[in-house]
Formats: sequence, C-alpha cells, structure tokens
Amino acid sequence: MTRILLMFLCQIFALPLFANQPTEWALYFQEPATPLMVRLREFHDYLLVISFFIAAFVFLMMFIIIYKFREKKHPVPATFSHNTPLEIVWTTIPVIILIFIAVPSFKITYMMDHIPKSEMTVKVIGHQWYWTYEYPENKIVYDSYMIKDADLKPQDLRLLSVDRPLVVPVDTVIEVLATSTDVIHSFAVPSFGIKRDCIPGKLNQTWMKVFKEGTYYGQCSELCGSGHGFMPISVKVVSKEDFKKWIEDNKNKKG
Amino acid sequence: MNEHTPHEHTPKGWRRWLLSTNHKDIGSMYLIFSIIGGIAGLIFSIVIRMQLAHPGGTVLGGNHQLYNVFITSHALIMIFFAVMPGLIGGFGNWFVPLLIGAPDMAFPRLNNISFWLMIPALIMAGLSTVVGMGAGTGWTMYPPLSSLTGHPDMAVDFLLFSLHLAGVSSILGSLNFITTIINMRAPGMDFFKMPLFVWTILVTSALLLITLPVLAGGITMLITDRNFGTTFFDPSGGGDPVLFQHLFWFFGHPEVYVIILPAFGIISQIISTFSKKPVFGYVSMVYAILSIGVIGCGVWAHHMFTVGLSPSATVYFSAATMVIAVPTGIKVFSWLATMWGGSIRFDTPMLFATGFILLFTLGGLTGVVLSNGGMNIVLHDTYYVVGHFHYVLSMGAVFGLFGGFYYWISKICGRQYPEIWGRIHFWMLFIGVNMIFIPMHFVGYNGMPRRIPDYPQAFAPMNYIASIGAYLTAFSTLIFLGVALYTVFRGKKAQSNPWGVGATTLEWTLPSPPPYHTFETPPHIGGDLHEHK
Ligand SMILES: [Cu+2]
Repeated sequence: MTRILLMFLCQIFALPLFANQPTEWALYFQEPATPLMVRLREFHDYLLVISFFIAAFVFLMMFIIIYKFREKKHPVPATFSHNTPLEIVWTTIPVIILIFIAVPSFKITYMMDHIPKSEMTVKVIGHQWYWTYEYPENKIVYDSYMIKDADLKPQDLRLLSVDRPLVVPVDTVIEVLATSTDVIHSFAVPSFGIKRDCIPGKLNQTWMKVFKEGTYYGQCSELCGSGHGFMPISVKVVSKEDFKKWIEDNKNKKG
Repeated sequence: MNEHTPHEHTPKGWRRWLLSTNHKDIGSMYLIFSIIGGIAGLIFSIVIRMQLAHPGGTVLGGNHQLYNVFITSHALIMIFFAVMPGLIGGFGNWFVPLLIGAPDMAFPRLNNISFWLMIPALIMAGLSTVVGMGAGTGWTMYPPLSSLTGHPDMAVDFLLFSLHLAGVSSILGSLNFITTIINMRAPGMDFFKMPLFVWTILVTSALLLITLPVLAGGITMLITDRNFGTTFFDPSGGGDPVLFQHLFWFFGHPEVYVIILPAFGIISQIISTFSKKPVFGYVSMVYAILSIGVIGCGVWAHHMFTVGLSPSATVYFSAATMVIAVPTGIKVFSWLATMWGGSIRFDTPMLFATGFILLFTLGGLTGVVLSNGGMNIVLHDTYYVVGHFHYVLSMGAVFGLFGGFYYWISKICGRQYPEIWGRIHFWMLFIGVNMIFIPMHFVGYNGMPRRIPDYPQAFAPMNYIASIGAYLTAFSTLIFLGVALYTVFRGKKAQSNPWGVGATTLEWTLPSPPPYHTFETPPHIGGDLHEHK
C-alpha cells in the first residue's frame, strides 16, 4: 500500500522533472543529476566554446578564400609554398589548446575513477534482454523488464519505462557493480554521467551520487543481440526515509 | 578502347580481366567493385534509415536480428568493399605507378590475386547475412555476442572468413604498394618529390601491414573459440572478452586512418591543381601523414573507455588521441594556405575538396570531444559517435572518393564528366549528408544509444530529419550513377590535361586514356639534387 502511494507521489513530483528523460527536439544533454555529470556538462560547455572558435576560424578563412581567390577575381596565382613561422604557429597553438583541454579532462577522469567511501552497493547484472538488480547488503534481488507496448499506461514512456526500476536513495554515494551472464551489455544513465560495460566474467565498478529525486532513464549501451533496444534502465531516486521503507517492504519478498 | 601504338599487346576478352596483370585494368576492376560495394552498403543504410524514420518502424517486419545484420553489413561493406577498394585498390593501382613514373606495380600477378580474393570475400560477407540468423554482431564483432553464446549458427563464421580473405587481399596489396613506391620511382623522383597521394598510400599500406595480422590473429582465435572448443574469449574457460576488443581495435583504429589518409592525399592534389599553386608546406604535410600513421597505432583503447580501463590507461589513451589533432590541424591549415592566394576554379572535384575540409574539420572537433576519457563515457555508443565518425568517414573518405572520381575519370576512360551534373550531385549529397548526421549529434547528446532498431518517442523528430536526408543522399547517388555511366559511354572526349596549369603531376602528361603500358622507359624528373645519379 505504501509503495503504491509512494509511486503515486513520485509520479506527481516527476512531472516538473521533464529533463530527467530525453525530450523531443532536445539539442543537448539531459539534466545532470550527479555532481559528476554537472562537471562533465560544464567541461563540455567549455569544449563547445573552444570548438566553436576553431570551426568559426576555419569556416571564415574558407569563405574569405572562396570570395577573394576565385579564378575570376584573382586570375594570377601566388607562388609561395611555405612559411616556416606560420607553420610553427599553427603547430604550437593547437598544442597549447590541447593542454588547456587535457588538464581539466584528466581531473575528471580521476574523479570518475576515485570512488568516495561508498554508503551502499547495488549490483546490476545484464541479461539478454533484461536487467537484474541486486542489493547485497539487504539481500534484495529482482529483475527489471521493459514495459511492452500493449501494457503501457498513459504516464509510461515507450521503450524507457520498466516494470520494476532500480530504487536508490538521494544524496548517497552508491557503488555500482556491473556484470553480465551472457553477452556484453552496458549500464548507462545519461543524467548521472555513468556508463559501464557489463562483461561476463568481470565485475566492473563505478559510482553515483544523485542529488535530485525523480525517475531517470537510460538504455543498454552495448549491442547485445536482437533485444538490445528493449532493455531500458530506469532508476527511481527517492528520499533516504522512503528508501528505508522500500528496503523494509522488499527485504522479505522473493525476487 | 585502345587505339594506340600497334606494338601494344593487349589481351582480349575475359583473359584481359581475369588474368590481368595490368595496374590500370586491375585499378578499373577495383573501382567497379567499389561502386558495386558502395551501392550495396548504401542500400543497407537506406533500409536502416527507413526503419528508423518513425518510432516503432516495421520496415524489417519487426525482425530486430535482421536490423542488426543490416547495420553489421552496412559497416563492413562500406569499409572493406567500397571505400578501401575504391581509394587504395582503385585509385592506388591506377595512379601510384603513373604518379611516380613506374611502368606498372612491382608484383603484377600478386596484384591480380589481391583483386580476385575480394570476390570470394564479398560472397562470404553476403552469405553471412542470409545464412541462419545472419551475423548481427556489429562490425566490431565483440564476443560473446559473436561467440556461440550470441550467434550459434554459421553466419558469423562466414563473416570471419570474409574478413580473413579481405585481409589477405589487403596485405598482399600493401606489400605490392610498398615495394612499388620504394623501388620503382622514376629517376629523380625522390621520396620528397612524390605527390602526396603516393605518400598516403605508402603510409596506409604500412598501417595495413602492421595491423591486419593482429586482426587476423583475433578473428582466428574467435574462429577456434567457435569451432574447436578453445576459450580465448570465454571467461568460463579462463578467457577474456576484452582481449578481443584490444586485438580488434589495434587494427580497427588504424583502419580509420587507412580509410582517411588516401582521401587526404587525393584532396591535397585536387586543391593544389585547382588553386594552381603547389601544396603549401609539403614537407610538413608528409611528416603530418607519417605521424598520424605512427600515433594512430597507439590509441586503440579510446574505443574502450567503458570496459573498465584503469585511470592511467584512460589518461594515456586520451592524451595520445588528442595529440593526433595536431598533425590533422596542420593538414587542414596547410590546405587553407594552399588555397590562399591561389586562382581557384571550383569545378566538381574542388567542390568535393572544399566540402571535405569544412566537414572534416567538424568531424575532427567532435573527435577531440570524444577523445576525453570522461566525456567519452557519456557519449560512448550514442548517436553522437555515429554522427562523428560519419563526418570523418562518410563525408571524409567518401568525399575523397567522389573528388578522386571527378578529378581522374577523364584520365581513366578518356571522357570527361558533364560538369553541371557533377555539381548537382555534389550539392545534393552535401545537403543530404548534413541532414543525416547533424541531427545524430543532438540525439546522441540527449542519450540515444546507437544500434537500436526502435527508439523512444523523444528521438522521433531528429530521426525523421535524418531519414529524409538519407533519401536525398540516395537520390544524389542515383544521379552519380547516371553521371558515371554517361561519362564512361557518352562523355566528351577529354584532352590529356583538362585542368590547365595547376595539374603538374605526371599522369597529366599522358594521353587520356593512357596507353595500355606507360612509362616503359622511365620519365626523367628534373630540377633536383639527385639529377646526376
Ligand atoms: Cu544489452
């Protein structure tokens, strides 16, 4: 009963959180929901500015060339074929730009791989073609299947909504362990900035700390056979109290 | 076709082609093969775009395995049976000997077997789509999806043998090119006088020679895993699926440069010809090509940032990948500087070269974004990546192919293409490909994974635009086929040099089409220090 009520409340509160999911005509990332994705999005904004100026420079030069050096306007070609200072400049400037990209980039890489002290663990196991979510500390295991077109309710998102989402608490460092029992899958949630391959025989590790409640979506991100497009990931982020309640409700049920 | 000196001995009929040892005939066969491969690859891509035009697409009758077969075949056919045979086998065979003043390739019979191995390779690739469930592994063929777990029937075996054959063909072709370029240059044609296309074919051949054996090893291990009970890639027997990814990408990433470098070479020569200026910074262009080749061999794991690499490996592969932006930037700037101050004719080949520079720059910039290990985690395996690599390959390599076609077709068949139709083809293709691939970046940012046969409603508008772009592209290709057929059979007779003073390389000193055997006495390339040797 509480669960139904909880779901109902979440549905209401999920309404204003549209960008937790992909949107029509969107040109950019989904709303970041972890500190990591905030950093990544800022970093990408920075990359976009740099890319914009480089592209603008090349396009501008090209337009000037097309305008000024057409055969009709410029019948006699120049004969120069090298200019060492110029070549040094256009070798060193890109190197400097790349250093300015590389430094923040590597910081993020180390941030991603350095897992802060985790407060709980969830294990995601990819299968052809559904996910199993496991809470080792609480011995909860269940499967998560995509909702088929015929069973879609009005609030569901086609190909994204699942019967039982992964439920995690807000503001908690969660260690995610990823593996698979058949072929390679990849556990990805764009809003969290995480994507980890689930490889049979390997236990991959990543982490997340979501700062906003709501339901988030992702899709399997490694080709895994004919059902590859039909094993979405849905993560419901709830308050810590609600999460405790959810744990209690699910602890003693069979998976 | 041959109305030249009577002493020429030209084999007639089927013997001329099946037993051919003539670099021009083999080059022509490669070009025709490439066009056929390109049409097949295009048909696959159009069906893919039809399936993805609307959410819930039913073009493939809801058979999602078939969809995976289509994306697999689209990639493999475009790479191995369209772009490589076109750029390397076709233009390489035709023009490397002409550009360095050699009478033919060093090993003409090896050249013959290189080409004819492609036919069984293509047949096997075709069979892999129809046998059993078809090979729906993606061109990356990652086990265990490509092992018995994911594909229990013979389809994947056909695919692997097809790659083996195509690989042997490429290795033999590469040996031939390297030997030809090193040993058969005309007197006075030293390395640093070779046209850039020859340099790119040399580096491409070296890359193939270094990396193909590694792919061959990987797919052989996969074949034995599938058929003889080994467990190289099977964790239950102590193997590691990620090992395959390393072996595959050790080949697969340099393969990207194998595809794009010859296009760089063609574009360089087109730009110099139509700007009526020598290539700017020739020496640094050569070093850029060489360093792209060398560094390109050490960046493979940037395709694998999500498999759980250590952070130091991620940082290394990010950094090495970024470094490639430097020589690539040198090339773009040198092309601009070659055009700067020129007296530029914008005939069709030059339109393709100009489009190439602009779109390749965009593809290069998204490549820099993707090189960042952290950023890559978000964008990996999304449509952003699909958009990125089609900018560098579909608009890079394919623009190089079309540019080369319009540039050299009069030399090849002695007839010139109709200029106006060439330009119509260019503009339709240019608009079409941008319509396809720009929206892909947006849905990629927004999280759409690649290789899915159906997608959530949110991605519908952008995908619809992409599909319309694909139809436009297909239509432009029909125009191209019309132009090609018209040119070959009805085109205006061409002079030996249709491009005027800018065309300074050796092939333009020969009649169009050139006689069956050329440079039987090597031409003398004058004006350099080695003149007296
Ligand atoms: Cu999957």
